[in-house]
Amino acid sequence: MTVAEIGRGLRAGQFTSIEVTKHFLERIDRVNKPLNAFITVTPERAMADAKRADAVIARGEGGPLTGVPLAHKDIFCTEGVLTSCGSRMLSNFIAPYDATVVERLAAAGMVTLGKTNMDEFAMGSSSETSWYGPVRNPWDGTKVPGGSSGGSAAAVAARLAPVATGTDTGGSIRQPGALTGLTGFKPTYGRVSRYGMVAFASSLDQAGVLAQSAEDAALVLGAMAGHDARDSTSVNAPVPDYAAGLGRSMKGLRIGIIREFFGAGLEEGTGRAVRTALDGYRAMGATLVELSLPNLPLSVPTYYVVAPAECSSNLSRFDGVRFGHRCSEPRDLRDLYRRSRGEGFGAEVKRRIMTGTYVLSAGYYDAYYLKAQKVRSLINADFRRAFSEVDVLMGPTTPTPAFAIGAKVDDPITMYLNDIYTIGANLAGLPAVSIPCGLVDGLPVGLQIIGPHFAEEHLLAAAHAWQLQTDWHRKLPPMFA
Amino acid sequence: MSIEWETVIGLEIHAQLATRSKIFSGSSTAYGATPNVQANLVDLGYPGVLPVLNREAVRMAVRFGLATGATIARRSIFARKNYFYPDLPKGYQISQYERPIVEDGTVEIVLDDGAHKTVGITRAHLEEDAGKSLHEGLGKHSGIDLNRAGTPLLEIVSEPDLRSAREAIAYMKKVHTLVRYLEICDGNMQEGSFRCDANVSVRHKGRHEYGTRCEIKNLNSFRFVERAINYEVARQIGLIEGGGSVVLETRLYDPDRNETRPMRSKEEANDYRYFPDPDLLPLALDEEFIEEIRGALPELPDQKAARFVHDHGLSGYDAGVLTANRELADYYEAVAAMLGGEAKLAANWVMGDLSGFLNRDNREIGRSPVDAKRLAGLLARIIDGTISGKIAKEVFEAMWEGQSDADAIIDAKGLRQITDTSTIQRVIAGVMTANPAQLADYRSGKDKLFGFFVGQVMKATGGKANPAQVNELLREMLAG
Amino acid sequence: MTLTRRDVEDMAELARLEITEEELPVYVESLSSILGFVDQLSAAATDGVEPMAHPLENQVQALRNDLVTESDHRDRYQGNAPLVAAGLYLVPKVIE
Repeated sequence: MTVAEIGRGLRAGQFTSIEVTKHFLERIDRVNKPLNAFITVTPERAMADAKRADAVIARGEGGPLTGVPLAHKDIFCTEGVLTSCGSRMLSNFIAPYDATVVERLAAAGMVTLGKTNMDEFAMGSSSETSWYGPVRNPWDGTKVPGGSSGGSAAAVAARLAPVATGTDTGGSIRQPGALTGLTGFKPTYGRVSRYGMVAFASSLDQAGVLAQSAEDAALVLGAMAGHDARDSTSVNAPVPDYAAGLGRSMKGLRIGIIREFFGAGLEEGTGRAVRTALDGYRAMGATLVELSLPNLPLSVPTYYVVAPAECSSNLSRFDGVRFGHRCSEPRDLRDLYRRSRGEGFGAEVKRRIMTGTYVLSAGYYDAYYLKAQKVRSLINADFRRAFSEVDVLMGPTTPTPAFAIGAKVDDPITMYLNDIYTIGANLAGLPAVSIPCGLVDGLPVGLQIIGPHFAEEHLLAAAHAWQLQTDWHRKLPPMFA
Repeated sequence: MSIEWETVIGLEIHAQLATRSKIFSGSSTAYGATPNVQANLVDLGYPGVLPVLNREAVRMAVRFGLATGATIARRSIFARKNYFYPDLPKGYQISQYERPIVEDGTVEIVLDDGAHKTVGITRAHLEEDAGKSLHEGLGKHSGIDLNRAGTPLLEIVSEPDLRSAREAIAYMKKVHTLVRYLEICDGNMQEGSFRCDANVSVRHKGRHEYGTRCEIKNLNSFRFVERAINYEVARQIGLIEGGGSVVLETRLYDPDRNETRPMRSKEEANDYRYFPDPDLLPLALDEEFIEEIRGALPELPDQKAARFVHDHGLSGYDAGVLTANRELADYYEAVAAMLGGEAKLAANWVMGDLSGFLNRDNREIGRSPVDAKRLAGLLARIIDGTISGKIAKEVFEAMWEGQSDADAIIDAKGLRQITDTSTIQRVIAGVMTANPAQLADYRSGKDKLFGFFVGQVMKATGGKANPAQVNELLREMLAG
Repeated sequence: MTLTRRDVEDMAELARLEITEEELPVYVESLSSILGFVDQLSAAATDGVEPMAHPLENQVQALRNDLVTESDHRDRYQGNAPLVAAGLYLVPKVIE
């Protein structure tokens, strides 16, 4: 059942939140182990949340999300609950506070089932780098679910939770969404508060959702979004009623097709599925225009300078002094730092920290970091130019469907190129969504829609329109057969 | 042949801004709390926390910029200074690097010989303070207290315009006075609210290039700054004259041994990898914001001193001493006003007896037991001749010890000046009779004995005879 | 773009990461290939282009009122700390 359906059912008295929650907890108990989607399950908290929600509903109060369960990516601080970021460094960290996202969804009455698995510190595109082991794609247990929000994606795809939160820095919501047949939504930078969301790359990170449909995404996003005085980068602008805007017609919608996204590297089946979807929009009355965003191919190298630079600094706080992993019997201060961090972080995290350290260091700052921020301006300008001509941009979310676990883990560059279509939106801070648009050899692929700043409503409407016409988003992985 | 050396000094002053809460969090900045009770999640650098900028810290920085005639950046940027040290919880300090909030100011100082000098302020920027490390009493460990972490600092960097330790002190004192006038910093050096690093180098006089400098860190008293600079200059000159060269390094001053030593750890070969902090947006200041602050600026020390010289007729030196401390200047001015403009008398007493007692009891003017009104009351009695200046000192001491006001004490102790001519004449006559030998000597030409007779008359009158009248009458009567 | 062992050792030191002898050549290789990959950026024409530090181009920093809003939660926070004594976070002794 979708979030919308559960919400309606609860308010109609067809079932209680306790019943729904029990259903999901039991399912997690049965199904999670091979998938490894959850790091922590919080049954007591869930039942307490559900009980409270039922009381609210019984009083005739509450909203569309009251009593609806969800899972949180383990990057969001949840008070009193392990918040590990998929890392040994935080494997003992009980967060003393709730992230704003967690607070707001709890205030909307949602029930927390647990914390989902992820690439360590959100650095990855496959959810293979977690200290807690890799996550498996419910569509094919030998394949990755994508990353870094792979646990959230697997949880929703396997219906262990009706919806889950995720974070997207270079594609970490959209890419797993595409690989698991979900609607993965990343809002505009600054739309959702980053307070309590463990920082990876501060100018790129955004919280969003892995949902079964655009309607579900609209409901949850509406409760997550909004200004937070505790986050200086959060935008002080009113949050529209996303659900209300869903039924918009696609007639006259100007869709830009990014030429650079349809070159070599795009797997054939994926390309075909995406083009079919584009034809579908044309049939709905939209106009398609081919556009060139010439600097977009530099997105990945730009990202792999900016993101590591920011993360190298953000992760300096993990030093074994006030929280987190501490090595045993440090000989001196230097040993404390080196061994705590050496032991606490995995290889990919260390690679990115060192890359970031290098590109910020004296003598290299201008050639790397400053240069990358300038190229970022160029990419941003490309998008701005595009949006003066079209309403939204569309293209594939990923170059291929889900790949095998272990296939790319030893080659960072190949892994990085998975984000080739998604990174641009992060660099420019644009909202973007991936929606299911087909199956290639039984594996889902996604259509990506990118909009200008604060165009969440338009993206959700476009996604919804597609989901009214097709049922890719309703398809279940074979495990349900 | 000896070559003349020139000393080049630049000072970096870290002034803790007197805000109630920290620069990026709502924790208290109060001094002296139990370890770590004033360190919240933001101060502790917990995962997921973010900084939010304190408006008052910004206003205080602008105030300083306006008071030094500096350029206030309409747009300034916060940057991360990355290094590892246990008192720096995030592993980076949020500071300002390429675009500070204040640039290109000046400060006027008065040198020992009375000459004026303009010292340039390259920049002043906002940053957060680190915590404290305690190294004693914890065995094999050091203990970290993060109460101070996140306290706002204004880092004030001077141009290398200073040419001696004395100039450096004059500059440091001027900045110390200024930040207190502006009420942006309490200037308490013992508590670490006002800290100074000195960059010192030497070069042959007449050369334009700078010699290699050393940075001497964390000097927290005027005396230490002076001594450390003098030691360092001598060390560098000695080194160069001995054929060696100065190494660019950071040094610590040891007050017990009066020497500087290279500093280990922390600053070694550090590449700070500055980059704009992505968690903070550019700080934009509009004209309205700046003008509001400009309009609320207090009269600055130089302006006040000039006014004292021009309107009150005080000497430049006196004006300088009185205006070094705003409360002292206000006190003096209140006294002078109550005396209808007897500025010099008020100045002398404030700089002299009052300051003497304040220093003796280690009090600031704000805690003087004698307020301006009561001091004015005392000085009024000198002006109207009720008591002499000398007796007034006795009365003042009694006032300081808490024995009410001047008039009450004068009456209680019977200290009124004796001004009645016949009374004084009688006393003089008595003294002359009691000292025939001296009288004879004086009358035969030993003029110096006049002082003896004055002393005797004063003694006989318990110091209360009006000195001017004693002089006049004594001359008459001794003449015979 | 080939990094040397020394380059990687220096970076690891700046970042306070212990890299073992066995791991070192692996990092030399992967970091060299990453930096080689990002070298593509040098070809981009960026003269006169302003660096983009933020996606929110017109947004400026909000200012907070100067109020004490926090109270003492030391004991709760120190529950997470690996080593504390007398309210202080302990590290191996540092000699200045």
